[in-house]
Amino acid sequence: MTLYAALLYYPADRYWTEETAEWSPGYASFGADASVAGVLRGGEALDPPGMATTITFAGGKDSDLVITDGPYAEAKEALGGFFLIEAADLDEAIKWAAQIPAAWRGKVELRPVFPMNGPPAGQ
Amino acid sequence: MSPEDRLAETVRDEGRRVLATLIRVLGDLQLAEDAVQEAAVAALRTWPAAGVPDDPRAWLTVTARNKAYDMLRREAARPGKETAADWSAPRQSADLAQEVLEMAEPDSVVHDDLLRLVFTCCHPALAREAQVALALRALAGLEVAAIARAFLVPETTMAKRLVRARQKIAHARIPYRVPADIELPERLPAVLAVVHLIATEAHAPSAGDDVVRVDLEAEALRLARLIAGLMPGEPEVISLLSLLLFTAARRPARTGADGQPVLLADQDRSRWDHAAIGEASALLADAVRRSGGVAGPYQLQAHLAACHAVAASWPDTDWDRIIGLYDLALGASANPAMALNRAVAVAQRDGPAAGLAALDGIGGLTRSHLWHAARADALERLGRPGEARQELLAATGLAPTGPDQRLLARRLDALATRAGQPSRGEDR
Repeated sequence: MTLYAALLYYPADRYWTEETAEWSPGYASFGADASVAGVLRGGEALDPPGMATTITFAGGKDSDLVITDGPYAEAKEALGGFFLIEAADLDEAIKWAAQIPAAWRGKVELRPVFPMNGPPAGQ
Repeated sequence: MSPEDRLAETVRDEGRRVLATLIRVLGDLQLAEDAVQEAAVAALRTWPAAGVPDDPRAWLTVTARNKAYDMLRREAARPGKETAADWSAPRQSADLAQEVLEMAEPDSVVHDDLLRLVFTCCHPALAREAQVALALRALAGLEVAAIARAFLVPETTMAKRLVRARQKIAHARIPYRVPADIELPERLPAVLAVVHLIATEAHAPSAGDDVVRVDLEAEALRLARLIAGLMPGEPEVISLLSLLLFTAARRPARTGADGQPVLLADQDRSRWDHAAIGEASALLADAVRRSGGVAGPYQLQAHLAACHAVAASWPDTDWDRIIGLYDLALGASANPAMALNRAVAVAQRDGPAAGLAALDGIGGLTRSHLWHAARADALERLGRPGEARQELLAATGLAPTGPDQRLLARRLDALATRAGQPSRGEDR
């Protein structure tokens, strides 16, 4: 089994609208189905990017800590939440991710969770 | 074919089947590829002297599997190295003959393994260029160097691309399985697109000095036949094979005695491969029968190719039917290259003014040498040689390959010495 993070992205300008409440049933039924099937390993919804605070030691670890309002970069799409999905393979993960409302409100990015005892891929 | 070539062909053909089975057994594409590669080298070294074994596939399978286990053992022996979790120690068998017998998979199993490999290589979670590279490596059995040459990138670049693709398959767990029937409509197009892209690069190279990339054309046909054999009765698969055969049939006439490209309008049609056209026509008829009146995109393209194949000459071409087919294809999805070919057909049927209007109605082609060349043609026929010359110069600057550039240079020369001659069409 492989653990995937399903990262939910919404159009930044439509992150928090009246429609948002209408999504809830979709999320509730995805959550229920995925839980019953035993594939849901966690997940959270995030406050909008306007609530974000970004910190960085911009000049390296010994430089001053810089604290700024908002997300790190202005983007057309904002990260709005995530689920952890445990699936046999990518096709099964895709099948579940396709039931998350973010997939039609925005996008869902599926990323395998990096196993902490192995080398990273693609480096 | 020389005995050496036939031997190499057997190794390559059977090697592909062995690879497909070994990926399933080992669960590791990279390991399976390396092992099959080593087994192929061993076969080419020993078979010429010892003779080809009765069951070459079983020989290759056992040899490749043993090579894989050797590699795994070496890997496991390295300090601090995690061993692969789902690898179980190999059975130690003294009796190779018995083992060969056990490893000789029935054809139906090999068939399923190959089909799994097709869909894994062409999984939509892989970038198109990675799909193409994997298909040529794993399915067509081409060496990395040959794939790199085919796409005119350095071998190290192609090797990295393949490594990244295999890592993605392993880490993202792209499954090694045939999609269920219900998934097929969304998964098959990627498979066909990979083959079509290889064929397109063969027939209209994006760079280099060849009129047709004969090597790539053969690979595309090989893949199309393989997939058609694995999925019999799929109308779009049959249509794609038909389309590829129609196009390949024209190859003998696409190059003149001087090695320069010859446009479709000017080709000596007696030099076309009429056996290939016959096979393509029969396949298309079969696809039509099986598709129940709903022509997919490849069937439409095969019909278009068929129109040209049956026309006695360029002026005798059934332009009404061609324009109708393009309208159908363009109604399904916008495609500037198809719109360009449609405009060329309009210029033939309705005259250069209508053709020019159609050409100017297409957006996004100002970087296409074919668009400028088609405009030049219409402008010349309209008696506007100055503008035609400007268009030909623009086309020459944009033409991707040497043959394209030389063809346009010839047209520039001809334009300078001629007025009001019949028009030329593009063989694209």
